[in-house]
Amino acid sequence: MGAGHAHALYVEGTSPLHRLRPQCKVAATVLFVLAVVSTPREAFWAYGLYALILAGLVAVAGLRPRFVLRRLVIEVPFVLFAVFLPVVGQGPRVEVLGLPLAVDGLWAAWNILVKGTLGVAATVVMAATTPVPQILHGLERLRLPKAFTMIAGFMIRYADVITGEAGRMRIARVSRGYDPRWIWQARALASSAGTLFIRSYERGERVHLAMVSRGFTGTMPVLDELGATRSQWLAALAVPALAATVSATAWLVR
Amino acid sequence: MTGVGATSGAGQEQGRQTPALEVEGLAFAYPDGHQALFGVDLRIERGERVALLGPNGAGKTTLVLHLNGVLLPGAGRVHVGGLPVARAHLKEIRRRVGIVFQDPDDQLFMPTVTEDVAFGPANLGLRGAELEARVKAALTAVGMDGYADRPPHHLSFGQRRRVAVATVLAMEPEILVLDEPSSNLDPASRRELADILTGLDITMLMVSHDLPYALELCPRAVVMNGGAVVADGPTAQVLADTELMAANRLELPYGFDPSFTRTK
Repeated sequence: MGAGHAHALYVEGTSPLHRLRPQCKVAATVLFVLAVVSTPREAFWAYGLYALILAGLVAVAGLRPRFVLRRLVIEVPFVLFAVFLPVVGQGPRVEVLGLPLAVDGLWAAWNILVKGTLGVAATVVMAATTPVPQILHGLERLRLPKAFTMIAGFMIRYADVITGEAGRMRIARVSRGYDPRWIWQARALASSAGTLFIRSYERGERVHLAMVSRGFTGTMPVLDELGATRSQWLAALAVPALAATVSATAWLVR
Repeated sequence: MTGVGATSGAGQEQGRQTPALEVEGLAFAYPDGHQALFGVDLRIERGERVALLGPNGAGKTTLVLHLNGVLLPGAGRVHVGGLPVARAHLKEIRRRVGIVFQDPDDQLFMPTVTEDVAFGPANLGLRGAELEARVKAALTAVGMDGYADRPPHHLSFGQRRRVAVATVLAMEPEILVLDEPSSNLDPASRRELADILTGLDITMLMVSHDLPYALELCPRAVVMNGGAVVADGPTAQVLADTELMAANRLELPYGFDPSFTRTK
């Protein structure tokens, strides 16, 4: 049931990027994204450099460029509204292919699109070289509160189980000749959702029972001491440091 | 006690030793007032394999939850290897009593098989090489050592059930308690699990509706009904007692004759 979902993002490999400790990769990704979003939007050349850095990482990780591009599609719903900014924007206008577009809107759309794409690309590279449990460990090592990483871990672990349950409920509904498609038929869906919530809640209780039975006292044991070496940190942070330099230069030459 | 009487099978010779499990006059009512247990007495010697049978609502699960102190007795006492089940030493009690719950998805909650098997022993304070050795030994015991780094939800149901057994074995319990170990397994997985369980050198209490499975794995059977033990004896005898079986809503599969397989 549901096999393969957790590997949708991860690509098996042994590249230096795969071997790097997860906490280094998580920290480097966050810092890289920060450097990118703090770059002035007029500095086109800076964004070209960022894209080059990412392309270099993709090459080092041995990822297929087509895989990365395909994963980028996930940002489409989020940046869709950026497309409308030039149309609905106020202020001076410029004629593009016979359409009067707002200059401010164009800048805003470019800003969102380029920063969004670079940010998503950076996380795609990280996720493709780090298995999900490792990312959670990395966050834990970075002192993210344990409650967060635990909840995220349970969410990932039980997503398939709960999806499976929802699927079985849908089949049971359809099998009795009811397949709601319209908004006024939402009642059946709502009660299904309620049932699903209660079942998940009860599962939570049973999981807790199983945890308590194995000596759980409220804190997860810290298992692996996956400390990163100095050189690993240096190698990982070189990437955001480079990006930060680009960003700072872009501000200076503006 | 009725039916096949009160002899407790294999345990009699070593009767003077501290029993693995001793339950005396255990009574319990849930907070909503529903009384589930009315004075349960049960003694299991070290190394015994005992089946706990009975209809739904007989109090089997309630009894199981008393064995590791998830529920604490309203009246009566529970001892595990001579140690009373009480708040003061719950940690040691939970090490000694390993419960494998019915749904492996409840039991396996960590991102990978290794981490899940390590969860129990890590709670006991084990770390490093010792912890690794425990995990490896437990996974090897259930034939799952090749799956150490897999997420549990990528395993088949039978494999998940086996890993669930390993999560408990890794704590090196003195008594293994299994809640419906054969439920939802296909015949081959059911057989594989039986082979694994019979190969373990451990005291075992198995809650089951699967009577042939009980007969195969457990020389002794205890029948519960209405919150009390109503029969206790060699499994083949219990299953052959048609009156006792009918009185407690127990039924053998069509065509199954327990006397036929007694030599097991």
